Amino acid sequence: MKWLPNFKGIDFFPHDLRLPFMAYKGPAIALSIVAMLLSLTVFFVKGLNYGIDFKGGLVIEVQTASGGPANVVQLRDSLGKLGIGAVQIQEFGAPSDVMIRVEQQPGGEEAQQVALGKVQEALKGEYVSRRTEIVGPAVSSELRFTGFLAVFVGVLAITAYVWFRFEWQFAVGVIVALAHDVLLTVGVFALFQLEFDLSIVAALLTILGYSVNDSVVVSDRIRENLRKFKRMELNELLNISINETLSRTILTGCTAIVVLVALYVFGGEVIRNFNLAMLLGVVIGTYSSMFIAAPMLGYLGVKRDWSGAKGATPAGGAPTTAARASK
Amino acid sequence: MHFSPFKQAMIWAVVALGVLLIVPSFFARETVDKWPSWVPRKQLSLGLDLRGGAYLLYSMEPGDVRKDWLETLRDDARRRLRDAKIGVQAVGITGGAVQVRLAKPEEADAAVKELRNLAQQIGNVLTGTTGTDVDVRKAEGGVILIVPTEPGIQNRISNAVSAAIETIRRRVDPDGTTEALIVREGTSRILIQVPGLTDTTELKKLVGTTARLTFHEVSRDMTAEQAKQTRPPPGFKVYEGGARDEGALVLRETPVVRGDELADAQPGFDQRTNEPVISFRFNNAGARKFGAFTTSHVNQPFAIVLDDKIISAPVVREPILGGSGQISGSFTVESANQLAVQLRSGALPAKLTIVNERTVGPSLGADSIEAGKLAGIIGGIATIVLTVLAYGTFGLFACVGLLVHGALTVAIMTLIGASLTLPGIAGLVLGIAMAVDANVLVFERIREELRAGKSGIAAIDLGFNRAFVTIADSQLTTLACATVMFWLGSGPIRGFAVTLSVGILTSIFASVTVVRLLVSYWLRSAKRTPRGVEVPV
Repeated sequence: MKWLPNFKGIDFFPHDLRLPFMAYKGPAIALSIVAMLLSLTVFFVKGLNYGIDFKGGLVIEVQTASGGPANVVQLRDSLGKLGIGAVQIQEFGAPSDVMIRVEQQPGGEEAQQVALGKVQEALKGEYVSRRTEIVGPAVSSELRFTGFLAVFVGVLAITAYVWFRFEWQFAVGVIVALAHDVLLTVGVFALFQLEFDLSIVAALLTILGYSVNDSVVVSDRIRENLRKFKRMELNELLNISINETLSRTILTGCTAIVVLVALYVFGGEVIRNFNLAMLLGVVIGTYSSMFIAAPMLGYLGVKRDWSGAKGATPAGGAPTTAARASK
Repeated sequence: MHFSPFKQAMIWAVVALGVLLIVPSFFARETVDKWPSWVPRKQLSLGLDLRGGAYLLYSMEPGDVRKDWLETLRDDARRRLRDAKIGVQAVGITGGAVQVRLAKPEEADAAVKELRNLAQQIGNVLTGTTGTDVDVRKAEGGVILIVPTEPGIQNRISNAVSAAIETIRRRVDPDGTTEALIVREGTSRILIQVPGLTDTTELKKLVGTTARLTFHEVSRDMTAEQAKQTRPPPGFKVYEGGARDEGALVLRETPVVRGDELADAQPGFDQRTNEPVISFRFNNAGARKFGAFTTSHVNQPFAIVLDDKIISAPVVREPILGGSGQISGSFTVESANQLAVQLRSGALPAKLTIVNERTVGPSLGADSIEAGKLAGIIGGIATIVLTVLAYGTFGLFACVGLLVHGALTVAIMTLIGASLTLPGIAGLVLGIAMAVDANVLVFERIREELRAGKSGIAAIDLGFNRAFVTIADSQLTTLACATVMFWLGSGPIRGFAVTLSVGILTSIFASVTVVRLLVSYWLRSAKRTPRGVEVPV
């Protein structure tokens, strides 16, 4: 490959930087606990703005037949008279596109179809349908159930894997970090009343995957260093491990964020909220693997001798009282 | 960093195969159809949200199936006891069971023995147990109960759903030419997907009616008003009139002939009045029954009932022995057409209700594809720029790995016939991010080893080997997530999970193996300095 220009990459990361992550583990964990409590409060006080998947009802996206701007006021007026409950109308993406939301109709599955017929009749001629979604009561309650179950099972599956690959202390750190990521993301959705639908559940699951990915990279390095530095004080070892993987964490995080921003800006209206959730999750997940998952090990202690027979030595790391800052 | 010639050949063969498989997807369908048959012609299929189309999820009413079955059981019980010459006082349906009141209580044991023949063995594949679909037991005072068992009902529903799928297929896609997908979802649901369809009104009319056509004898003793005030004679029931205001009539509940004994039904016009009618022809058995009935009921009315509503009640002028006739029932051309299709396809075993409907117009789908392409290209360029900036020549190798990754992911999706959806595009992009991460892990590790004073070749070797464990761990956890998504998710989540999983599976080959091979080529021609090779990361 002599023809190939041989050029060097820019190692823009200052590697001799030794950031004292463990020194901040107390404040960081306290901050996270406060943030989690706030998220929970917002979740219970304001609740989530469930999308059609979970709440049921009708969503109809239409475009004016002429291609000109839609008359939202008139539309609101004519659809409001149909006697199908509250109708929400908003511009969607372009002035000619309108999204119409009709709440779930009382009277079972067939009532939804009747409402759809009424709306279609009222829109006839002036608007062209671009998208229609009807979710009946049976499906919406099912989706709600399986959606939450999916997140729950996802957390369990990941934790089980980490437990199997590492020690239980790592699994505890990971499960706390995952719960933290999910709670905060849900909290932001509740706080700003962003629409929470099935795609956000997919985003949450992906965030879980990304966050644990980060934690696993750090954990792998911790395990390696545990073998390498048998006598090093645990907090310092954890700190070194986080620092050693920091360049990778930042670079991968940046790439993910760049790609997600591209999707958010250019990917269209339909997956905008999904991308927002992913962006949030990547930032929160990166934070939690550095400031929560790894520092948790400092509190829990961990088996130090990885070279000998399995389980020969009990967990004998720095006891939890040695929670002092590393240099 | 050594690859045997065989291994190299294998790697390039896989890459070439992947590229070959995605080629058809870049051309129009018509162009690809003209290609010779030995080149791959399968294209990546697009999900409904990208190409436009309708998605309808129907649910079968279990109550209908149960009611139907009980009625069959009741008729069978009556017939069996009559054949066995066991006297019966009454046979009726009460509280989800068939209740038989015997004329002589002492015949109970014989009756139970006879009725047990109604029960059918059903097996459960999962638990390996077998049981009967109904339970026949003796109650107080010469009463025998025939109670459907839970597995029996499940079995019935499952069979009814299978039958309904066949019926729907005959209605929606009689010639098998459209790309309509009609499949079972869970136990009692049916999913219909029709690409390209946006106006679902027609489709819903076709699928939404049971279209159970029956021909009934009309009671001569009682009008509907009388029956409503007192009660209809045993075996008779009041049926309401349909659209034409036929008025209610008292009809014998067990029909003379049923729609499933029709051989054909065609829309047409009445020769005298010119109104739309449906001409029908019975099969042999149906024709015989109808012939016998009309012979003995000349100058009396009979009723044609569709889904429990009378659509017409003509008077028999003369015996109809040929087995064909026509139904006039204030049809429009359209509704006559529809009913003819429905009659030819047979009745649905139970009523189906829509529980979930999604339609996407072609313009929105096209917009989404454009948006997805744009985002993909911009995201891809940004990733390439970042990687090359950070890792120089090796970054270029990583980008080749990314292209191979993208090609292989699409190739596998094409091969397994998974369709690409909008969330799927997001999954694809995320898979690329995961692939980049694998490269970042390797290159950062190489840098680290270099800083630790290792020679160039050793650092590269260690970098790939040590990073591999981490890569495998992180990919496997994400795969676990994707599996959960696929297992529990529905619709949009599944599309996302599929592309993400495929992306993860290909990323180890593309981003580790291929990149490693490229680095090994580079090593062979690399400039040697006194300190070994100069690694450009």
